[in-house]
Amino acid sequence: MWEYTDKVKDHFLNPRNVGVMENPDAIGETGSLSCGDALKLFLKINKNERITDASFMTFGCASAVASSSALTEMIKGITLNDALKITNDDIADYLDGLPKAKMHCSVMGQDALRKAINSYRGIQIMEKPGNVVCECFGVTDLEIIEAVKENHLKSAEDVTCYLKAGGGCGNCLERIEEIVEAAKAEA
Amino acid sequence: MNIVYTDNNATTRVAPEVLEEMLPYLSEYYGNPSSMHSFGGNVGRKITEARAKVADLINADPDEIVFTSCGTESDNAAIHAALEVNPQKRHIITSNVEHPAVKNTLERLQKKGYTVTFAPVDTGGRLDTDLVYKNMSEDTALVTLMWANNETGVIFPIKEVAKKANERGIIFHTDAVQAVGKIPIDVKDSGVDMLSLSGHKIHAPKGVAALYVKKGLKFSSFMTGGHQEKGRRGGTENTASIIGLGKACELAKGHFWEMDKRVRQMRDYLERQLLEKIPSSSINGEIKNRLPNTLSIGFDAVEGESILLLMDQAGICASSGSACTSGSLDPSHVLMAMKVPFESAHGTIRFSLSIYNTLEEMDHIVTVLPQVIKRLRDMSPFWKNQN
Repeated sequence: MWEYTDKVKDHFLNPRNVGVMENPDAIGETGSLSCGDALKLFLKINKNERITDASFMTFGCASAVASSSALTEMIKGITLNDALKITNDDIADYLDGLPKAKMHCSVMGQDALRKAINSYRGIQIMEKPGNVVCECFGVTDLEIIEAVKENHLKSAEDVTCYLKAGGGCGNCLERIEEIVEAAKAEA
Repeated sequence: MNIVYTDNNATTRVAPEVLEEMLPYLSEYYGNPSSMHSFGGNVGRKITEARAKVADLINADPDEIVFTSCGTESDNAAIHAALEVNPQKRHIITSNVEHPAVKNTLERLQKKGYTVTFAPVDTGGRLDTDLVYKNMSEDTALVTLMWANNETGVIFPIKEVAKKANERGIIFHTDAVQAVGKIPIDVKDSGVDMLSLSGHKIHAPKGVAALYVKKGLKFSSFMTGGHQEKGRRGGTENTASIIGLGKACELAKGHFWEMDKRVRQMRDYLERQLLEKIPSSSINGEIKNRLPNTLSIGFDAVEGESILLLMDQAGICASSGSACTSGSLDPSHVLMAMKVPFESAHGTIRFSLSIYNTLEEMDHIVTVLPQVIKRLRDMSPFWKNQN
């Protein structure tokens, strides 16, 4: 708790928009019990593709709850196109920052939001592209490369903080390090 | 707000009697115990007294006690010594629920070419002793097993395994950091060769610990330096803390009854009440063979850090079985080794009591925790409303 910002504490202790929504127009789910955190996001969307209401159910640590709460506040009243522009960094910034080891909580928010919007628009989400590197959390090489480039990650440890990859058994850490080095060279 | 401190397996408060004993050696009696003058020599005499008290707690001889800086150093020193005096042997046996002080040290040795057998535990946290015995060979330099587990409190059959190791001429070390002071320990009866204990788990300050080294056992120092500790551990003694550790051991010896009766009753009361008041909760580790102060309890469909932080709002200090931090996002290796389902492993909380706790404090936890769990379950996508 001592390393969380006041905003994170506030959104954890007084989460906004908690609960299952009746008759939602879209649902986005991410995470799982085995991962240690999961988010189920509910959206009401009007005919102009504007988000009129949002709520969430979250299993996870304080920053997972706070990220979910922040996300629902950020997206209420905006259009789906604008919502798609929200990145995990925006969610973290809204909370005045997250500890590095907890950045994956904000990634979870972005992921659930995209899934909800895609399902609303009837876009089939294809199997994740690329090859699975982290078996524990099902993270692919392409996801790692994207995260490294977008967030300027420098090490396998950074990747674990953002994507959880390598945070389970740790067997893939050397492979992640290789991918990070290659992606850094490309960037 | 009053603090209810139930995280004594993490660290303990320094007993007032311990602090009182130490203070003069942090102020007027600052001499070096190795000095020839009597000003230093008087401090040396107090260290001799402390050594005798530490020895007395575990039925060792004073000469068998080596003071160190922490439990981790004691473990490292023991492992180092066992390998140094048996350079031709390249195999070590341990369990898969050890403290990182042993686990990570052995994993590093694996990378250096040693073979390490990590014996599994069952769902109750009980050691597969048959597997330990089967793997003992001519090449085995060391068997190292914790006496009691820091997360679940489950106690390993140390005497039985030490005997088998002795018969095979294999050095046996035990990390008894969580057991010493909580249950009676007799090094002579148990037949261990080396034993680690730590001050701050038994109401002495942080930064002081000891390694028991059985008389006659070949030893090679981990920390090379001066002649201190009979050449077994170089470095000027942490005098005040060693004197504090001596006092803490003396006090612990007088508290076994209270640990076994009052503390155990408080723990059992807390356990019963929580199981009764919170649905879908379960105990980790076999119920009977546990330290009297430790309770590891899992709550389905909620996450440990959130529980801890909400309890923190009510002044309750405990710890969780999940370490949701960088590099370790899985629940603890101990719970995973016991095959505790993810559902409850992520929501596991460890309460560890001391003689300073009261029944009123247990009632405070029993009042607060059901509300905390309900609040988190109400926002959990995995909680099925059972009404």
